[in-house]
Amino acid sequence: MGQITLKAVRKSFGDVHVIPGIDLVINEGEFVVFVGPSGCGKSTLLRLIAGLEDTSSGTIEIDGADATNLAPAKRKLAMVFQSYALYPHMSVRKNISFPLKMAGMSAEEQEKRVAHAAKILNLSSYIDRKPGQLSGGQRQRVAIGRAIVREPSAFLFDEPLSNLDAALRVNMRQEISELHQSLKTTMIYVTHDQVEAMTMADKIVVLNAGRIEQVGSPMELYNSPANLFVAGFIGSPKANLITGAEAEKYNATTIGIRPEHLDVVASGGWEGRVILSEHLGSDTFLKVDAGVLGTLTVRAGGEVALRSGDSVHMAPQMDKIMRFGADGKFMA
Amino acid sequence: MARAVSNKQKTFNTVAAWSVALLLFFPIAWTILTSFKPEAQAVASPPIWLGFDWTLQNYIDVNEQRDYLRFFWNSVIIAVGSTVLGLIIAIPAAWSMAFVPGRWTKDLLMWMLSTKMMPAVGVLVPIYLVFTRMGLLDSRIGLVVVLTLMNLPIIVWMLYTYFKEIPGEILEAARMDGAGLRAEILYVLMPMALPGIASTFLLNIILAWNEAFWTITLTVTNAAPLTKFIASFSSPQGLFYAKLSAASTMAIAPILILGWFSQKQLVRGLTFGAVK
Repeated sequence: MGQITLKAVRKSFGDVHVIPGIDLVINEGEFVVFVGPSGCGKSTLLRLIAGLEDTSSGTIEIDGADATNLAPAKRKLAMVFQSYALYPHMSVRKNISFPLKMAGMSAEEQEKRVAHAAKILNLSSYIDRKPGQLSGGQRQRVAIGRAIVREPSAFLFDEPLSNLDAALRVNMRQEISELHQSLKTTMIYVTHDQVEAMTMADKIVVLNAGRIEQVGSPMELYNSPANLFVAGFIGSPKANLITGAEAEKYNATTIGIRPEHLDVVASGGWEGRVILSEHLGSDTFLKVDAGVLGTLTVRAGGEVALRSGDSVHMAPQMDKIMRFGADGKFMA
Repeated sequence: MARAVSNKQKTFNTVAAWSVALLLFFPIAWTILTSFKPEAQAVASPPIWLGFDWTLQNYIDVNEQRDYLRFFWNSVIIAVGSTVLGLIIAIPAAWSMAFVPGRWTKDLLMWMLSTKMMPAVGVLVPIYLVFTRMGLLDSRIGLVVVLTLMNLPIIVWMLYTYFKEIPGEILEAARMDGAGLRAEILYVLMPMALPGIASTFLLNIILAWNEAFWTITLTVTNAAPLTKFIASFSSPQGLFYAKLSAASTMAIAPILILGWFSQKQLVRGLTFGAVK
């Protein structure tokens, strides 16, 4: 249970082709992340799978059956919304049991499942409160609780953490990952945050302007990005992209080197001047003006005593240089 | 921070507000006063303010001449019936306009409202003929239908503005949770829109209660509500101001009391959506 197949799925709003055509297979039990800049169509794609939007053409299969024209209620999918979308007039208990009530489940069974979900998500102590009396993180848990009680064939998450503060986001990220490990249910997760994508996904789908740029495991995307877009999007901070004479030395139109693959050396390599240094303790990020090479970002491990204005030498790790052709495609 | 208002300004505002309020309330107050006067003093010139011979005779006479309760119940049935029927039609209509708007939704709303700008007398003849043919003249059912149609644009408009305030994601969540259309409206939309539905209900009760044109022209005795009750006292045999006032007072008292107790709800309802 939980395999989703998209075949030539298209979506247009009037003359605007949000999704010009997508083929994708999501395997049972996979944690798939749709990632891309805002407006890339990732949320639309999720809503098409959910049935909240109608496809313009193409088919969506869930567990081998055509679900293209099925109502959202009939798809056996559960969704967690960005705004949590809790029912404000119902208590936490009623919120979580709502899908069970809709499924016509007996009161005892509802109670049992709600209690179980509340325990997993640490909701028991405020089970009788209304959503308005809860914090953002608690609301998020209720939304997840409401999704898990009915044991759907897949979970859909639409940027669920973007309304939380940074610390809470990291916690919830880990909780969702743990939840996936224990439930082993297919999860589709939409985010614009590539850190969430890298840390949570079994498979990342990078979207740009409604098209899939690359599908692969986080490490595949990191080590061999299909094109310049993926190279620039995956990785934090962004990879440095260098064109011109330096790239030609490597028989490429563009070369990419990640900040963590540039070593600060005493002499030789590329030379530049530090514009900005960010000290995080564990790392130091340097923004360096490297003349014709452009502005480069360097990740120096630990604490480095370089200040803005200092001169610096950087050596790229040769085996980590990514080469791209004139068409922007990755060259092995 | 609150704007500083001088004492002088405050006094002026208070006096102005009271003046306007008294001006608006004067006819009602005068009607109530007149209803306690003997018929001769009711038409005295110059008018007698409070120094008349207070009497309840008008109320006794009015009740002896007409069966007040029958008119009262007709008013209740027509007002509540037309409002409930209107809500049953308007809730799904407003739902579709608010959450699945089409290309023509805005035009449709404007067109519905525009029907309220037409004088009712413009459709009197066709409606009167239809009522005669269908045997609906002087029937409560007929009046409930006419008043529902008259107030439907306002009911739909009010509900539409309330529903617009409800985030669509919550309804989508209900759909994902397995709710069909009926369950979505019943368990999610209605409870969330309840304050709005309540004030729509109240306002339309008042509008239907006060409606005089159709209720007077389309009834004789059986279905006659309180508006007809008042009108029947302005008879060709001569005007009896005191009795007319007593009848008016009895006709408006229920709705005044209802309005008084629900004014908070009404004000909230009428200004809902004005400020986010």
